[in-house]
Amino acid sequence: MPNPALLSGGGLSTAATSVELLVVVGYLLVALLVGLLAYRLTGTDAEDYYLASRSLGTLVLLFTTFATLLSAFTFFAGPNLAYAQGPEWILVMGTMDGILFAILWYLIGYKQWLIGQQHGYVTLPEMLGDRFGSTRLRGLVAGVSLFWLFPYVMLQQMGAGEALVGLTDGAVPYWGGAALITVFMILYVGLAGMRGVAWTDTIQGLFMLGVIWIAVAWVLSAIGGPAVAAAGLEANNPTFLALGSSFYTPQYIISTAVVIAFGVTMFPQINQRFFVAESAAVLKRSFTLWPVLVLLLFVPAFLLGTWAAGLGVSVPEGANVLPVLLGEYTPAWFAALVIAGAMAAMMSSSDSMLLSGSSYFTRDLYRPFVEPAVTADREAWLARGGVVAFATGTFLASLTRPGTLIQVGSTAFGGFAQLALPVMVALYWPKTTRLGMLAGIGGSQLLYLSHVFVPTVPIDVGGVTIALFARTYGGWDVALAGMALGAALTIGVSWVTTAGIDEAAERFVVSAD
Amino acid sequence: MNPSMRAVGWLLAFAIVVAGAVPWFLWGNSQLIGGLPLWLWWHIGWMIVATAVFAAFTRHGWDRYLGGIDA
Repeated sequence: MPNPALLSGGGLSTAATSVELLVVVGYLLVALLVGLLAYRLTGTDAEDYYLASRSLGTLVLLFTTFATLLSAFTFFAGPNLAYAQGPEWILVMGTMDGILFAILWYLIGYKQWLIGQQHGYVTLPEMLGDRFGSTRLRGLVAGVSLFWLFPYVMLQQMGAGEALVGLTDGAVPYWGGAALITVFMILYVGLAGMRGVAWTDTIQGLFMLGVIWIAVAWVLSAIGGPAVAAAGLEANNPTFLALGSSFYTPQYIISTAVVIAFGVTMFPQINQRFFVAESAAVLKRSFTLWPVLVLLLFVPAFLLGTWAAGLGVSVPEGANVLPVLLGEYTPAWFAALVIAGAMAAMMSSSDSMLLSGSSYFTRDLYRPFVEPAVTADREAWLARGGVVAFATGTFLASLTRPGTLIQVGSTAFGGFAQLALPVMVALYWPKTTRLGMLAGIGGSQLLYLSHVFVPTVPIDVGGVTIALFARTYGGWDVALAGMALGAALTIGVSWVTTAGIDEAAERFVVSAD
Repeated sequence: MNPSMRAVGWLLAFAIVVAGAVPWFLWGNSQLIGGLPLWLWWHIGWMIVATAVFAAFTRHGWDRYLGGIDA
């Protein structure tokens, strides 16, 4: 049944809009309170602020990693894509996150955890810089990571802005939603460290898993079951139900799944979680539960987007499909609750990003390059100041709306993915050298950056026109080529160079080697 | 089973888990079961299989290749 508030005139609609806003702001405030409580339990040293003293148990580690993936990319970009192109996005994200990422969780995550236990590292750049005796490498990895973090934080603000447009039918403008989440992000990250973020992540992860299934049940009972939705799809979008399309080609599915999976491991907020598990048992349990958890979230979220297409739900320009669908088939307060939950989860994810980003900034850039003798107090203030500046910058950039959520997100994932293979080579091949790492990371970034920023140039090769600097070649994402180049350069240059005396390969040796 | 055979076994198991997550053999198929595409049911089942493989790996393979913290 359509929501009467959406159909009726001004008065009722305004009342409904204020109910929705009240629910959203109220929920965000509660999330903030939980963060504050956690903050009161937090110590003041860096290890606790960033890593919660390496003490996270299975449930909390699993959900805090999971919740970091609970971003605008999952809640809004995913359903939007399923609405526009069909439900195959479930396969892309399931394969990427449930399987490829889980395997990398072992290969990169567990290895980093073992190394971190021995040497007390807090960040990836710190670990690499120490192993290769190179402040330059440390700075490069931190700089590259912060660069690609920028569009991903921006994506959350874009998602929030578009969600409130959809939820309130345009009564709250795009910039209003983006500004709201920015304010909460800054408040929140200033008040809580990793422990605060980890606890709210867990609560919000559980909450979102619950409400997304309630949303599915509600929508299905309103329309009369999945068969009705499928019949609508057969009538409106007959190609949606068949596996594959001109959009979802095998090249697209494989490229996207591979690039995002490798990219995710190099996200500062995910990578930092590889250092925080309390024990190996925690990592093992999380690894095992991962595919099921991923399934429980992605299937309902993306099916809702798909069904919206079958039901002929029309999405206003610049809004997300999920809030619009819920607005039509569930009561206003419930739709608002789901969107509030999604925004709170995004806020929590963004905070993880900002928090990890600020540790990269202070520990791996400011301290080594600007002021080695910085006091802990001053560093803490710099971290918070950095977060405010970064979040304000991403907010301003989000107002320009440079692409769809999927485009902005994929670009960021591609940038991070370039780091993954050089890091894996370093983790597993003791003969890797500093120059090999600098060449592998520098070369792959240059290739990828040129394809993101240089306009496409058509060239003629033997009578065939090829678009140079396009994002895909023959349907394959150029990020894959960058990854291959990064691996080849890291191995090739390491092969022909000798390690300096300050390079310490034994730092990456763990007990089974 | 000798150690290298075992390693190849795990490698093969993971390769199969990765390759089968997308049901390539159902390409273009639009058959529905209970209102959802057959290929989606395959994916759901496959993720549960993946969890079982991962669970077995944590018991029998995990420590063997990268070691434990106190070994």
